[in-house]
Amino acid sequence: MTASAAARPGGGRRPWLKPAVFAGALAPLGLILWQAGRGELGANPVAEALNRLGLTALVCLLASLACTPLRETLGWTWPIALRRMLGLFAFFYACLHFGTYAVLDQGLHARAILADVTKRKFIFVGFSAFVLLIPLAATSTAAAVRRLGFPRWKRLHRLAYAAGILGAIHFWLRVKKDVREPAIYAAVLAVLLLVRVVVFARERARRRAAAALSAPGA
Amino acid sequence: MPGCRVLSRVSIERTRVTTPGNPPPSSEITPEALYADRRRFIKSSLLFAATAAGVGGGLVWLTGGVRGIGAVAAEAAAGLPAVRPGPFDTSEARTPYADVTTYNNFYEFGTNKDDPARFAGSLKTRPWTVSIEGEVHKPQTVDVDALLRLFPLEERVYRMRCVEAWSMVIPWDGFPLGDLIRRAEPTSNARYVAFTTLLDPARMPGQRRGFLEWPYVEGLRLDEALHPLTILAAGLYGRPLPNQDGAPLRLVVPWKYGFKGIKSIVRIALTREQPPTTWNVAGPEEYGFYANVNPEVDHPRWSQATERRIGEVKRRPTLPFNGYAEQVAGLYAGMDLRRNF
Repeated sequence: MTASAAARPGGGRRPWLKPAVFAGALAPLGLILWQAGRGELGANPVAEALNRLGLTALVCLLASLACTPLRETLGWTWPIALRRMLGLFAFFYACLHFGTYAVLDQGLHARAILADVTKRKFIFVGFSAFVLLIPLAATSTAAAVRRLGFPRWKRLHRLAYAAGILGAIHFWLRVKKDVREPAIYAAVLAVLLLVRVVVFARERARRRAAAALSAPGA
Repeated sequence: MPGCRVLSRVSIERTRVTTPGNPPPSSEITPEALYADRRRFIKSSLLFAATAAGVGGGLVWLTGGVRGIGAVAAEAAAGLPAVRPGPFDTSEARTPYADVTTYNNFYEFGTNKDDPARFAGSLKTRPWTVSIEGEVHKPQTVDVDALLRLFPLEERVYRMRCVEAWSMVIPWDGFPLGDLIRRAEPTSNARYVAFTTLLDPARMPGQRRGFLEWPYVEGLRLDEALHPLTILAAGLYGRPLPNQDGAPLRLVVPWKYGFKGIKSIVRIALTREQPPTTWNVAGPEEYGFYANVNPEVDHPRWSQATERRIGEVKRRPTLPFNGYAEQVAGLYAGMDLRRNF
């Protein structure tokens, strides 16, 4: 498989790539902490941090979902090496986003949080996306792939699409009226999903053609 | 020439180093592998730095981190006439001027909270007239500066509760709306008051985008408009209203959610029928005509039971009618406030 070459331990021809993306992905958190320490997050710092952390989670999730389509369309194999890390960053930022909501925004008021999650579509959708990421993060190790077997692991990790869709809907529902920005994320997600569907359909057609050729009756 | 001397000395030195009979000490020769490694290391370091900066910068840009808190837009040129203390004061801590003027919802200038402070400089607020029309005996169009001379300004320190569950305490400078309405002499048909914001996409660039119907319109029942708590504000903290806060003249109805406080008013019309209001038209399930602050009626997407006072982290309970129930609850006697939210 082409993917394995780029995923070689040590990063293969690009030893700097993974550490660099790792460092870059920490930048939004670093900036938030730095600005919070200096009181520069604006008049409503909790809301500002909450919004930025959530959006960073969505961007990381979409970036992780873009790795395979980039290989399929442009032939780039190097993003595959980043896929797990980007997915884990999406989970990391989703945890910080939910944690900020639960601890700073709601003051760990369990009844209020429960009412939000169960009564409000907007929060239910976002919470569902977060919950879907938990099994993915828990099975992100090579050992988990071996334990589950690759086909089952792959099927489980298709949940990432569901989490992406829910995340984009959550963002869409958050804005009061101007849906321009969430629409961009939804469009990017739609393109990524479309690439998968086209690739899947093409592969199935090829497999069928191959099966027809090798069929004994043909 | 001095230059030639230097040149020749250098060439002599180089000659000496490379002479076969005089090799450099072996300790000074860089091993070839290390030399190649060093180049690769430098290259990798640069690529690492560029990629990390690109990824980090891109993420921060996409998620709104580079949007600094913008400078406060220029204040209106004219000063504010003398202001005297008014009734209904609150002893609660006032929200700092910097927060009142950089955290605004004024979609005519953008939908981010700091957009109005950054972009409202494009609004010229002089000359400016306000028309009072509709069901009145004396329809008139008044210059805003003349208007401010007609009615003495009072300081009113009010709580301001946004429908988004945050709140401020703001010292407004204004006059009772009722004084202006009575001056125009409403007819016996007048039951509502309709307000209109300036429509001018050149001065309010957000109006070029159609996610809300422009101009922004708001409305009150006549008894709400005549209530002594309801004011038209021309200033805050004793200074002329900054553009982002609704210069030159805005409505303040402290027991209602903030979006009822229409900004940059050009037209006040008394009507027989309930007038359309912008957010109610845009989302009738989320924003009612009355929009009285009510902790028991949730917004579909969040609870209204609590609010965050700007400057505080812990939420505080939201009070019915934003703490002005004693003054205004009587206006709604017998009404189902869950249906008329």
